[in-house]
Amino acid sequence: MNVFQFIAQNHSEVLDLTLEHLWMVGISTLLAVMVGIPLGILITRWPALDKPVLGTANIIQTVPSLALFGFLLPVPWIGARADRLAILALTLYALLPLIRNTYAGIKGVDSAVVEAGRGMGMTDRQLLFQVQLPLALSVIIAGVRVATVISVGLATIAAAIGAGGLGEYIFRGLAMVNNQLILVGAIPAAALALLADVSLGWLEKRLGSRVIVPQQ
Amino acid sequence: MSADLSSKNGLAIEFRNVSYRFGAGTELISGLNLQVQRSETLVLLGRSGSGKTTTLKLINALASPTSGEILVEGRPTSQWDPIRLRRGIGYVIQDAGLFPHFTVERNIALVPKIENWPSDRIHQRVAELLQLVGLDANLASRYPRELSGGQRQRVGVARGLAADPPILLMDEPFGALDPITRAELQREFLALQKRLEKTVVFVTHDLREALLLGTRIALMEAGKLVAALPPDEFVQSSEPIVKKYMDAFGTLPACNGNRGSA
Repeated sequence: MNVFQFIAQNHSEVLDLTLEHLWMVGISTLLAVMVGIPLGILITRWPALDKPVLGTANIIQTVPSLALFGFLLPVPWIGARADRLAILALTLYALLPLIRNTYAGIKGVDSAVVEAGRGMGMTDRQLLFQVQLPLALSVIIAGVRVATVISVGLATIAAAIGAGGLGEYIFRGLAMVNNQLILVGAIPAAALALLADVSLGWLEKRLGSRVIVPQQ
Repeated sequence: MSADLSSKNGLAIEFRNVSYRFGAGTELISGLNLQVQRSETLVLLGRSGSGKTTTLKLINALASPTSGEILVEGRPTSQWDPIRLRRGIGYVIQDAGLFPHFTVERNIALVPKIENWPSDRIHQRVAELLQLVGLDANLASRYPRELSGGQRQRVGVARGLAADPPILLMDEPFGALDPITRAELQREFLALQKRLEKTVVFVTHDLREALLLGTRIALMEAGKLVAALPPDEFVQSSEPIVKKYMDAFGTLPACNGNRGSA
């Protein structure tokens, strides 16, 4: 039986697992955005924090994903359910691109523009919301895009701890030495990743074209 | 809005023995004493790194002196709320520093907007300013990237004047323009200044520009004030650094005082 026949015959299960996959990616990305973007902004305001925060996010990124699931297992409440565990791990992984891009996006705003705003009496808050964030937006969206694409891939591993998602088929296929079954998980996952990449890439480009810095 | 800034007598700006260093570095400004009269155009002249721009930023508290004090309208900058101080001082910089994501109208309306002017008054003021700086009204909805360098700089000037501040700081505003556009804007600046009588502090490294625009020229060298003289006295000064600067520029056109011949 080939991949597409399998998907056709088990479409409700494939759909369920795809939605589960999307749920994990969606919630974790949302949480990461809610934490990562404010953190990224914060470290542009408190330069003493930039290295520790970026360093920590970097270290989290280097922990192998299976190991991270393992480390989080003893955490109370979180460790009690596999989906919570998976969402937390995915959130942690998504933090780095979000913090880094928010930080780099704000730092990358033309300093003459920021200085002009400050010199004309804009408050720090006005500068942030009217100048720095709008001008950094496309870079921040690029961070969301990277984080989302990484998450879609990583979420397949969540099946290893029983959190479900498209990884189910991949692990099942591995256990049964059935490449077709692996593809049943891998193809929709790849399609999701591509879809996220293309749609967020489009958004990024659209926002970017609005804010091109004037040429000399 | 800036009642504190609009009293009509006394000095507009005064530097009292001001020194400034950035972090633990060398002094960028040392022992600066300088007075700016109301309604004069004081040009800060000097080569790159001489401390002109830093001097300007000390006035609107973008930098704070390491020692000494700067008085704006008789009050030390350290006692001003920096936000209020800056909103009463127009600021025009090289390449205009316009917000690329704002239209011309929103750029010009920046200070009125953060000062919460009613929107019809802002709209009217923008129209007034566009006319004042010689820009067509239909440019209001354009973005800075759709303008020429000269037009952007005009928008920069209009933005600096938007809330009618008594003091205007200009940091090499015409530095990035081609010579013809620059000459055009310099002429218009003179005409504008004749009408508006703002207190202007104007930074440039261009001696010709200084002589043309300044009612007084303050030459700076390595963070120190060398001389502050009206243009006609400046060209005849026997001060060696002034002479060196004059020599570097060769023959010069007529200066402020016999305006109109330039």
